[in-house]
Amino acid sequence: MLSIENLHVSVGDKPILKGLSLQIKAGEVHAIMGPNGAGKSTLSHVLSGKSGYTVTSGTVTYQGNNLLDLEPDERAREGVFLAFQYPVEIPGVSNIYLMKAALNAIRKHKGLAEVDAMDFLTLVKDKVKLLEMDESFLYRSVNEGFSGGEKKRNEILQAAILEPSLCILDETDSGLDIDALKVVAAGVDSLRAADRSFLMITHYQRLLDYIKPDIVHVLADGRIVKLGGPELALELEAKGYHWVEEQVA
Amino acid sequence: MSSSAQEIENLIGHKYKEGFVTELEVDTFPPGLDEQVIAKLSAIKGEPEFMLEYRLKAFRHWQTMKEPNWAQLNIEPIDYQAISYYSAPKKDSDKPQSLDEIDPELLETYKKLGIPLDEQERLAGVAVDAVFDSVSVATTFKGKLKDAGVIFCPISEALQEYPELVRQYLGTVVPSGDNFFAALNAAVFTDGSFVYIPKGVRCPMELSTYFRINAANTGQFERTLIIADEGSHVSYLEGCTAPMRDENQLHAAVVELILMDDAEIKYSTVQNWYPGDENGVGGIYNFVTKRAECRGANSKVSWTQVETGSAITWKYPSCVLLGDNSVGEFYSVAVTNNMQQADTGTKMIHIGKNTRSTIISKGISAGRSQNTYRGLVKVGKGATNARNYTQCDSLLVGDQCGAHTFPYVEVKQPSAQVEHEATTSKISEDQLFFCQQRGISAEDAVSMIVNGFCKSVFKELPMEFAVEAQALLGLSLEGSVG
Repeated sequence: MLSIENLHVSVGDKPILKGLSLQIKAGEVHAIMGPNGAGKSTLSHVLSGKSGYTVTSGTVTYQGNNLLDLEPDERAREGVFLAFQYPVEIPGVSNIYLMKAALNAIRKHKGLAEVDAMDFLTLVKDKVKLLEMDESFLYRSVNEGFSGGEKKRNEILQAAILEPSLCILDETDSGLDIDALKVVAAGVDSLRAADRSFLMITHYQRLLDYIKPDIVHVLADGRIVKLGGPELALELEAKGYHWVEEQVA
Repeated sequence: MSSSAQEIENLIGHKYKEGFVTELEVDTFPPGLDEQVIAKLSAIKGEPEFMLEYRLKAFRHWQTMKEPNWAQLNIEPIDYQAISYYSAPKKDSDKPQSLDEIDPELLETYKKLGIPLDEQERLAGVAVDAVFDSVSVATTFKGKLKDAGVIFCPISEALQEYPELVRQYLGTVVPSGDNFFAALNAAVFTDGSFVYIPKGVRCPMELSTYFRINAANTGQFERTLIIADEGSHVSYLEGCTAPMRDENQLHAAVVELILMDDAEIKYSTVQNWYPGDENGVGGIYNFVTKRAECRGANSKVSWTQVETGSAITWKYPSCVLLGDNSVGEFYSVAVTNNMQQADTGTKMIHIGKNTRSTIISKGISAGRSQNTYRGLVKVGKGATNARNYTQCDSLLVGDQCGAHTFPYVEVKQPSAQVEHEATTSKISEDQLFFCQQRGISAEDAVSMIVNGFCKSVFKELPMEFAVEAQALLGLSLEGSVG
């Protein structure tokens, strides 16, 4: 699904990722943990094509193609989805309008007809229930006046509707209380499929209590410094990142 | 990857699709303006004597006036003697009696602009008056309207058919000496629409005037007069386009609306005059005086404007709220791109008791353009319990444009409530990236964000035209992704 080889990325003159390598197979759930400033968000931004980052060397191959060649919207239409750490507000544009425009852009790319309005409504209402959201959210402006937790649910709602192949969750658990976390995690869990992979970026182990990863990576100073199973997350939680950093040094 | 700011800039490259020229045989006055020109113009139109006097009085006043210079606009000096004040498609002595007699080139022009005039393809439910340069070339559905008692015709025709009605109202809202451009208009106006809705009549269809400037080096000076008698109701829309030319062309219009007791007028404008090229060469100079007078109690007037064109826009559709409980509304979207300049807004003059006004202004500036909102809310001594709510939002696209807001408030009545809210925002790179990350192209994303920004104004437009306005906005923002 995704293969990152020796990726070096700078912001301005400052190197952030320094030789990151990572392989994700179809259907796998990977967690990336690491201290502040390790380059976690940079990774999610580079994969989704946000401007302001310079790839100085290395490759990113997604479904056999060079991902870095594609514009952000092309990546999205090819099935790369980023659940934003800080979802953006768009005044005057209703949530449902955005989702429909997005779904149709993806369908058009796949050579499919635009989604039928009634079918779309049925689909959306179904997913809204799954995330225990109120239907009124559909008709409100995108993220405007949403609480932190509502914004994060809204991100997962969009993932559920757009059905991406690679789902990158950038600190989706931050700012959630324990009840909201459970709902969001259940939403993510329901998206797991044999042809869908996840890359979950998180500071904390608690999200992983609900969504069990296949592999846990520890990112420190721009590199993957440790790799293990779900138990690694528990160990990190107990010993702190300092422990890994000491081991590496 | 190029920076997103640059991408946003590229997205708003404007392609003007109405920029073609129609080849026609025309009668055009040589450039220049004096009393002879005005007399000749009045004679060609076969106007009653009082009109010539009205024009000459305005002209003499105009000669003593100076162009207003208080607006946030940078205007090249205009040589008023270099402009031709009359241009009309050539035709046999009389006006065409039916559409068959209209030059097919003309019909084709309107068809290209999406305004079909021929019987079969007419816009359902919309009566259109088409004004081409200095004259009205066709008015549709006249018969049907007449059955309802509604008069909808070119103002030149009204001056012949209903001279007393015109005389009674013309210049009573915007006096001929009101301002420099209104005086010029009063002296030389050539055509425009006249509407009279009799007592208690709800106009059975939308009325629409479509203005087209075609000839080079001419000015268009149209005059619109709408009278809504007691308890009547009308919705009126005007649209405007012009060919692409390197010279600036002058458009100085006057619109007067008169509302009696319980009358309602909804006046919508989609202005798409040629804005000039990306370096600011050419384009229409648009100096317009629009004013509505709510003379009757409980009357209501609503101005909705979508302004995307013109090199320069100087326009302040206003409401004089004389009648008790009368209501004035102003909803505006003004888009400027490249080197365009707009100084636009409204005046709400509260005189009657319990008068209410609402102002919603959305300014979008892109390229190197300058976009100014200028508004006056004035509450007179007798306007007890007057209320105003003003909301001015500016959206900046790119980092070389400007947005300015000048709200003036004068209140002489302590019970008045006046609220003003203003915001300025930018289409952020984050918003654009977010939409792209959902699969939406950058171009569609900008259009979606801008449309969202303008939503509260678009919902005020008549249904058919809301779609047109949205498409127009999309068009203005069309371009290639760099």
